[in-house]
Amino acid sequence: MKGIKEKTFQAIAYIASLLTAVCLIAIIYGIFYDGLPLFKFISWKDFLFTNNWYPVYSPPGFGAWALIMGSFYVTLGALIIALPLSLGSAIFISEIASPGLREIAKPVIELLAGIPSVVYGLFGIAFLAPLIRQWFSLDTGLNLFTSSLILGIMVIPIICSISEDAMSSVPHSIREASLALGATKSETIFKAVIPAAKKGIIGSILLGFGRAIGETMVVLMVAGGAAQIPKSIFEPVRPMTSTIAAEMGETIMGDLHYNALFALAIVLLIITFFSNLITEIVFRPKRQK
Amino acid sequence: MNRKILLLTLILSLTTLIAFAKTTITCSGSTTVLPIAQATAEAFMDGHPDINISIRGGGSGVGIAALINGTIDIACSSRPMKSKEITQAKSKGIEPIPYAIALDGIAVVVHPSNSISNLTIKQLKDIYTGKIKNWNELGGPNLPIVVISRDVSSGTFEVFNERVMAGAKVSSSAQLLASNNAVTTTVSTTPGAIGYAGLGFVSSKVKSVAIEKIIPSEQTVKDGTYKLARKLYMYTNGKAKGAVSQYIAFIQSSQGQKIVEKQGFISLN
Repeated sequence: MKGIKEKTFQAIAYIASLLTAVCLIAIIYGIFYDGLPLFKFISWKDFLFTNNWYPVYSPPGFGAWALIMGSFYVTLGALIIALPLSLGSAIFISEIASPGLREIAKPVIELLAGIPSVVYGLFGIAFLAPLIRQWFSLDTGLNLFTSSLILGIMVIPIICSISEDAMSSVPHSIREASLALGATKSETIFKAVIPAAKKGIIGSILLGFGRAIGETMVVLMVAGGAAQIPKSIFEPVRPMTSTIAAEMGETIMGDLHYNALFALAIVLLIITFFSNLITEIVFRPKRQK
Repeated sequence: MNRKILLLTLILSLTTLIAFAKTTITCSGSTTVLPIAQATAEAFMDGHPDINISIRGGGSGVGIAALINGTIDIACSSRPMKSKEITQAKSKGIEPIPYAIALDGIAVVVHPSNSISNLTIKQLKDIYTGKIKNWNELGGPNLPIVVISRDVSSGTFEVFNERVMAGAKVSSSAQLLASNNAVTTTVSTTPGAIGYAGLGFVSSKVKSVAIEKIIPSEQTVKDGTYKLARKLYMYTNGKAKGAVSQYIAFIQSSQGQKIVEKQGFISLN
């Protein structure tokens, strides 16, 4: 009887993991199935590297360079904004704050992760964008800077929480050894704790990158949506995700435009696949010791 | 254990009974048509408790594709079906029939502080292609024009593209926003902005501009003098029958058209 129960449980767990894998394969298959037909019409080089996104004109243009760069710039901006803030707070929570303060500060920062992205978007379009337009006396508040700012705030909890975990799990003996050798508190943090927690910190940044490049709602609402290479950080951009979200609903299914949107999804999939792969390699424990 | 199973079968059979007793109409498509479909369906179901209407958005293309695949009864569309879609439907044995259910005017809007009150189609085109870059070229304030357009697959863009752009490309520095609301919100907070949105979305926070000296209104859209207007459609497979035809007839009736007006659109008659 016990043996059967054990076997059933194992079988259920096995089927569950199998189903997950099947889902992933089905999604990948679906995206490639609908995306690849585009490349019968234009070469992948033209798709990736020309700047000519006019999908509904005749003849249509499917050069996605501006969209790819839009995603790239917004993500880069978000990381530039998020890194000092999130690593700073991670250091504070892990190394400086008193245990009581730590118990409050960490959940508060993690609360940022619980806010739905559409709420961030609404906040951006109705509140932040007009403010930024006034502060910098710009023509428009919906631009690269505003969307990077909001995306940056969104990835703070991810980077902060994971790198804080990595820093707290550095053994106390390392800190004590460093202090015993006469190092100050800040020397200990920067020369002993951070190098020891390096893997976790890099992993957290890569996860933050994945979150920012895949985010759709905020950039759809706040990035402005102009398919151009921005000449300054205050110009509107159009990332790949918001292009897919905005254009998918009304397009003709099975049309070239539809294929082109799936081709954008392939690009996104490849980018996130590689960032996950790098995270995996960074996080993987060494086999031999 | 046995009792639980019994209870479960009872509940299941009851729900299936209820489900079978009710005729269900499924409807999906354009987000522009969504508020009309939603409001008329509610009113219609009040009068016909035996009919259940389920409505989803998704976009015109999604609705039409679902109709072609035979998964829904009504596809809502803010544009006429494209010839490619009609061929696709025919090849699957589906014969799409359009029913016009409402009119919608597209208003060109600017910030309330802007002194410009009239634009010609030609000027509008030059603004959107990027030829005119400052309001002072049109006799307005010395302010760079912030061009706001809709994403290229929206039905609203399609009408604007056809009537104003006439094949010319919208400048790549134009901001493409994803909804009528996003356009009006952005225009209301951006002094140099120009945008366009469905008449139902125009509020006192933005200023609507006359096109060729004709102000967009119910009257001018209905008599056809205002050029930036379109019809909204529901498509069915073959002529609408039974509950579906009752529902569409209800929308087209004077009672249904009152609901259409209440939602900010313009009635057919």
